Amino acid sequence: MLEVIDLHVNYGGINALRGINLTIEENQIVTLIGANGAGKSSTLRAVMGLVKKQGKVLYKGEDITTLPTKDIVRQGIAMVPEGRRVFADLTVEENLILGAYTRSDRKAISRDIERVYDTFPRLKERSWQKAGTLSGGEQQMLAVGRALMSNPKILMMDEPSLGLAPRLVRDIFEIINVLRERGNTILLVEQNARKALERADYGYVLETGELVLEGPGQVLLEDEKVQEAYLGVTR
Amino acid sequence: MGDLSIFLQHLANGVSLGSLYALIAIGYTMVYGILRLINFAHGDIFMLGVYITFYGILYTPLPWWLVFLIAPAITGCIGILLEITAYKPLRESPRITILISAIGASFLLQNLGIVIFGGRPRAFPVPKLLNQVVRLGGVSINIVAFIIPIITVLLLMGLNYFINKTKTGMAMRALAKDYDTASLMGIDINRIISITFFLGSLLAAVGGIMWGVRYPQLMPLMGTMPGLKSFIAAVIGGIGNITGAVTGGFILGLGEIMLVALLPRLTGYRDAFAFVLLIIILLVKPSGIMGDKITEKV
Repeated sequence: MLEVIDLHVNYGGINALRGINLTIEENQIVTLIGANGAGKSSTLRAVMGLVKKQGKVLYKGEDITTLPTKDIVRQGIAMVPEGRRVFADLTVEENLILGAYTRSDRKAISRDIERVYDTFPRLKERSWQKAGTLSGGEQQMLAVGRALMSNPKILMMDEPSLGLAPRLVRDIFEIINVLRERGNTILLVEQNARKALERADYGYVLETGELVLEGPGQVLLEDEKVQEAYLGVTR
Repeated sequence: MGDLSIFLQHLANGVSLGSLYALIAIGYTMVYGILRLINFAHGDIFMLGVYITFYGILYTPLPWWLVFLIAPAITGCIGILLEITAYKPLRESPRITILISAIGASFLLQNLGIVIFGGRPRAFPVPKLLNQVVRLGGVSINIVAFIIPIITVLLLMGLNYFINKTKTGMAMRALAKDYDTASLMGIDINRIISITFFLGSLLAAVGGIMWGVRYPQLMPLMGTMPGLKSFIAAVIGGIGNITGAVTGGFILGLGEIMLVALLPRLTGYRDAFAFVLLIIILLVKPSGIMGDKITEKV
């Protein structure tokens, strides 16, 4: 469904990504794990057209490499950015409305807002509050809900569990399961490698801008190198 | 009694001058909010608005009120053009580069004005309907001193509705805070920036027309002083904040008129008042009356 071919990203002379290849099949959870600065976020941002890149991105076989971000969103790819990045001065509901910016079907939009509220009842209680007043966990819920409002086929999530209390982390992964059951395809970037790999159909391991390992989630979980480097298993 | 009526007269004058500053200041503050750019050509856009109206009334068969409606729209389009030619190519450049481009655009528009319109001052054709003095109690006031604040308030209500209630307005507020995330929503950044310039320039032109009715003399350099003062108004109110810009505009307009009224000896320092106020604000509260606390994004 989404194919990334030989992706390179440079930030002023620094090679953040050095030729990455990814394939994401429909209705899969694919995860990208790696240490800080390995290039996980850069991969997502490059796919979304937020950073300059070389290489190719194919979506449903079509080349979307040079499309501007707004059109990539219209194709059906949404991203939950790292650090949530909710619009702090806008209310919860306004954030959700903006999530549906590409759509004009008013009825369906308000139905989908209700659906987000059903998934995250906390957001409904706070629908008129400014997003900046929410707790970290609530903001993360809002960021996910906002991304869902565009009705994406592929949802890319950048570190959704970062900085959240363990119980909220569990909630977030619970939601990822629900989304897959609904037919979403998910590309998940995580530092919490164990939780991510447990759920992932397929995983990629990034190290300093290059892919060093890939395979089904369960296989990676068993892999010695992954266990040592990312799962904290000592032998 | 006499003192009171004179005071009321000054009050009305101050409010109407303040309205004009407010209308122009909104353009500065909206553009700053979105691009973090002081659009130094904004005062010259104001000037163009007045000249377009002038030529529209004198050289087209259109009735004056229709010209008053069309000219701001044309000026708005010129604002869009200004952004596309002078600022858009530099969007990825350091901020100082765009700022210099803004100063260049300002000089260009002024000198184009001198070449095309001529440097000689012209008289603004004030419609008879608007050129009347009314007496209320003991106060005699030019009718436009009443009309200007009313039109300003109506425009502000419209702008407020647009920014807070429409999807485009929401997108504008989102864009002002976070470019990347706004584009992740599918927002067309270029379109929102164009709309921002259109609205800012349109309001400046409305301010310009009312300025022309009130002080009926046109010159290609007429935008400089009102432009600078409105910029100061925007800074006083807290640049980037629309309510702040309006507040700053009224403070400046009222302050200027009252200074002259209460201390006639200082009349010659009228223009200095704005700059003194600017210095004080920058010393005491650099973020302005309603400005956000300056915080670094993490």
